Formats: sequence, C-alpha cells, structure tokens
Amino acid sequence: MCLEDEVNLRWLDEKKPITRWLARLILPVEKISKETLFDCRMCGQCILHSTGMTCPMRCPKNLRNGPCGGVRPNGNCEVFADKPCVWVQGIERAPRLPLWQEDIHHLQPPVNWRLQGTSSWINLFTGRDAIRPRGWENANEPQTNSDQHG
Amino acid sequence: MSFVATRTQRPLRSDSRLERVLRAGLFAVTAELNPPDSADPQEVYDAALPLSEVTDALNATDASGANVHMSSLGLCAVLINAGYDVILQMSCRDRNRIALQGDLLGAAALGVRNVLAITGDDVGAGDQPEAKRVFDFDSMHLLRTMRTLRDDGVFLSGRKLTRPPHLFLGAVENPFAPPLHWRPHRLAKKIEAGADFIQTQFVFDIEIFRNFMARVRDLGLHERVYILAGVGPLKSPKGAEFMRTRVPGVVIPDAIVERLKKTPRERWRDEGMQICVELIQQVREIPGIAGIHVMAYRQEETVAEIIQRAGLFPRLTKPTASQS
Ligand code: SF4
Repeated sequence: MCLEDEVNLRWLDEKKPITRWLARLILPVEKISKETLFDCRMCGQCILHSTGMTCPMRCPKNLRNGPCGGVRPNGNCEVFADKPCVWVQGIERAPRLPLWQEDIHHLQPPVNWRLQGTSSWINLFTGRDAIRPRGWENANEPQTNSDQHG
Repeated sequence: MSFVATRTQRPLRSDSRLERVLRAGLFAVTAELNPPDSADPQEVYDAALPLSEVTDALNATDASGANVHMSSLGLCAVLINAGYDVILQMSCRDRNRIALQGDLLGAAALGVRNVLAITGDDVGAGDQPEAKRVFDFDSMHLLRTMRTLRDDGVFLSGRKLTRPPHLFLGAVENPFAPPLHWRPHRLAKKIEAGADFIQTQFVFDIEIFRNFMARVRDLGLHERVYILAGVGPLKSPKGAEFMRTRVPGVVIPDAIVERLKKTPRERWRDEGMQICVELIQQVREIPGIAGIHVMAYRQEETVAEIIQRAGLFPRLTKPTASQS
C-alpha cells in the first residue's frame, strides 16, 4: 500500500494515453542504451547517479545501500568470485562524478518491485519512482510516535 | 564516560538485559549460539548451557552460511523459556518484507527484545545452493522498517499496529572487507536507519580495526551506537585457513596463522584461546568499544574459559577504555 495521492505529477500524467505511448517509444531506447552502457537491470527506479553510475541491481543481493560484508579481499564479489563487487566500483567512481558525489551516503528506500521492467525515465517524469511506502516516510522523523497517517 | 552519558538520556528501547548492561556503561559480552539440526529443545538447552553464566545475551543465528538449521525464531522461543536474553538474527536472504514484519511481531510477542538485521550470506555458501535468493530488502531497509514498527507503531505500509514491539535494534559491520575507507560510512548509514547496537565481524587484524575505530570516532558514531567487537578462538591451522578462504568476509593475518602453525598439535586449542584472549584485551583498550561478541563455532565449551582468562568474569565489569 503506497501513498498514491502523494505522487508529485511532474511533467507527465501516468494515466494519460500520451504517457503510455511515450513509454512504449522510450522503453526500448532506455533498455538498449542502459543495458549496453551500465549492464542495467531495468528496475524502473534508477539511482545510477547516487552510485557512481554503477547499477546496484547487478549486485546479486540487490543491495541499494552499499556493499555487503562478504566482499573478497581483492575487491571481488562474495557470490561471483571472478567479478568485481559492483559497490566497490561504485564507491570508487562516485567521487569522480561532476555532481552528486555525496549521494552515495543517502539512505535509499526499498525497491518497488512493481516497477521492474518499466522505463525509469518515464517513471521519473510521472513521479512514480518517488513513491515511498507510507511507513518509510514516517520513519524520516526519528523519535516521533506520531500517527497522523493512521 | 562521555559516550555512555550522551546515550543514557534516551528512554530504554526495550527492557532487554543487553540494553540495560550497555546503558549502564558495563562491558557487554554476547555469544553466538549455533542452532541444532534437530527438533529437540533439549539440544538447544545443552548448547546454551556453557554460555549461560558468562554472557549477557545469546545470538540465535539465522541459517548462517546459508545452511539450514533450527530457525532463529524457534531457537529464541526455546531459550526465552529458559530465561535467556536472546538476540534474534534476521537475514534478508530468505524472507521478503511481508514475512520479515510478521516474524518481528511474532518474535516480540514471544518475548524477543533484541533483533539483529543482517543481509545474509549468499545461498551459494551453503549446502543448498540451488535455492532462490530473496533479498527483497537490504539490511538498512530491514532496520528502518523495524524502527518504523517500534517508533511509529505502523507497518511499512502505514497500517497501524494496536501495540508496537519494544525492540533493541542491532546491525553488523565488517571493518575488514573492501572498501575499507567506506566501512565507517556504511556504519553511519546503519545508524541512520535505526541501529542501536553493532556487532562486528571477527577481529583478527587489530591494526585495521584500530584504524576503523579511529574513523568511527572522528565521525562521532561511537556516541550514537554501541559497538561490540567480534572475536573467537581458532581451532587449528587448518581451521584458520578454512575460515579465511571459505567463510565470507573473514580476514586473518598471516602472522596469526603462522603462530598456530608453529604450535605443537596438542597445544592448538590452548593457543587458539590465548590468541582470542589477547585480542579481547586489545579491543577493550580501544575507545568506543562497548563489548565483545564471541563466535566460537563448535567450540562453545571454550567460551567460558576465554571470558575468564580475559578478566571478564564475573560479568558486569566496566569497559577499560571508558573508565578514564
Ligand atoms: S560482494 Fe558486492 S556485489 Fe557481491 S553480493 Fe556483496 S555487495 Fe553485492
């Protein structure tokens, strides 16, 4: 259950046919370009700019907030011993970005699996990628016991 | 004592022994209890007995190494009946957010007061590597969600609980896994997500650990969270070799392995314990360390002697570093 009414409709209205048409056009473009460039997994809620342009969904544990404790001493992945940990790469690359260097320290919300396979560019403009579970937003104010959403 | 004082202002999160010990500024000792491959509660009591007097709380591991055993929740329920303070480990590997939140309430109803959120070793590490990985949440998501249930009294969805759980929330950190310089920042994220206490991976490389803690203190993190350093005895040179090559995230310096190799076979056990005791004494001197977490897989019988030799028995002593 999400706060559908909190959706900030930015440039696109999710419900309008034009959005669906645009999505149909843009999806293959996004898919091909991002899969080629970033080995993107099309989670539909892109945080590449927060992770040094390294797709965190390539992590076999789907980690969105940094590496696990199993990274090998040579920097390779716990699960795929012959591949570098995507988070080790991301943390290395983040400071080289022109902007957003600090974003890697931000706490990323849980993945919305309903967006899997959709265009993150369209989701950005409809605001769909910014929908958080209601309880997640509440927790942004620590130490409060407010139930205003109840 | 300042790092104790700043945190004692807050009301108690739970009424767990672990929290009370830490809040009182006493040096905490927790230990890992490995669950039996059995349906018999007696085996749980037998495994816990050697740890009972020398620890403040026992960790009930959640299929660690991705090997199935009695569930951590079942283990906790059995131990609570016998009067132990338990730390329920919850891994993100096997359950999605629906199961995790439900188990959390169930655990609280059974009397669990400490919970430890972990990502979990990959299924590939265990004896059933063909299993499906879940990883719906990462450990930060789990921490934040547990805090939401506790502090906001709602599920992640926003739906209200009639009675929130009282929990002391834990997380883990591995100061020895790359990228080393980022580990303190990951710790900061875990604190932001809701961690009240931290248990670390095995400390064998004291230099790396000292550097990690220095950074933690620079960032002021030791004042926001209780850090328990992970320690444990090595059984044999072969055992040490196995741990550092096969157990994800464990780093053991060559010097320690060499020291064991030079020891005659009949003294391995004793030397392994001695190394552990020395490490405990060294971590105790590090400012910002609030306790230790002993992991003695299949050597639970050594824990009491280690605690005694390290001068931590009888329990409830002050941490050396914070006395000054
Ligand atoms: S080592 Fe890195 S890529 Fe591999 S599971 Fe852990 S965080 Fe993910």
